[in-house]
Amino acid sequence: MSGLDEFPVWAAVVIAILVLAGALLTLIGAFGLLRLKTYYERIHAPTLGTSFGTLFIVAASIIFFSISQGRPLFHEILVFIFITVTTPVTLMLLARAALFRDQAEGKEVPGAARLNETISRDGD
Amino acid sequence: MSAAIIVWSVTAAQLILALAMALAAFRVAYGPRAQDRVLALDAVYMCAMLSLICFGIRTGTDIYFEAALIIAVLGFVSTVALAKFLMRGEVIE
Repeated sequence: MSGLDEFPVWAAVVIAILVLAGALLTLIGAFGLLRLKTYYERIHAPTLGTSFGTLFIVAASIIFFSISQGRPLFHEILVFIFITVTTPVTLMLLARAALFRDQAEGKEVPGAARLNETISRDGD
Repeated sequence: MSAAIIVWSVTAAQLILALAMALAAFRVAYGPRAQDRVLALDAVYMCAMLSLICFGIRTGTDIYFEAALIIAVLGFVSTVALAKFLMRGEVIE
C-alpha cells in the first residue's frame, strides 16, 4: 500500500462509499435469495448484486486506477458490460427450465392460467 | 488518511461479500431443487468476482481485473450449460 497517502481524500471517500454500497447491495440480494419463499420470487433477488452491485464496485475500481495511474483507465467497464448483457440470458434460461420442470411434474406454476388461455386462443 | 479509508472500506466490503457468498452457498447446499442450486451458484461466482475486484483495489495491481473477467465469462457459460441440462437432460444435442 505504498504511495496511497498522497491519494486525494475526496477520491478515497467516494471509493469507500461506492465499494460499500456495491457490497451491501450484493448482500441484500443474497439475503433475498435465502429468505424468499418460491423459486420464481428468488430468481429476482441476485440481480441486485449483478446490476447495481457490479456497477458500484466497478466504478470504484475505475476511479481508483484512473487516479493512481494518473490517466483515465476504463477497462473495468468490460466486466460491467459483460455481466449486464449475460445476466438476463442466464436468468431467462433458468426460469424457463424451472417452468418446464414444474409443469412436467404437474405443479402449480405462476401465470399458468394465462398461459393456457393464450395457447387455446392461438389454437382457435 | 486516504490509505486508511480505502483499506478499511475495501476490507469491510470484502467481509460483506464473503457473508453474501456464505448465504448463497447455504442455498447451494440446502436448496430444495436443482434450479435453486444453479441460481445460488450463479450468485456465488458473482460474489467471488466482485470480491476479486475489491482485492485488486486493495493491492493496487491490475491482474485481479483479468481474473474477474475470466470468472465472469466462465460463470456465464457454466450457468447456461447447467440451465440447458435442467431443461433437456443433456447439454449438447
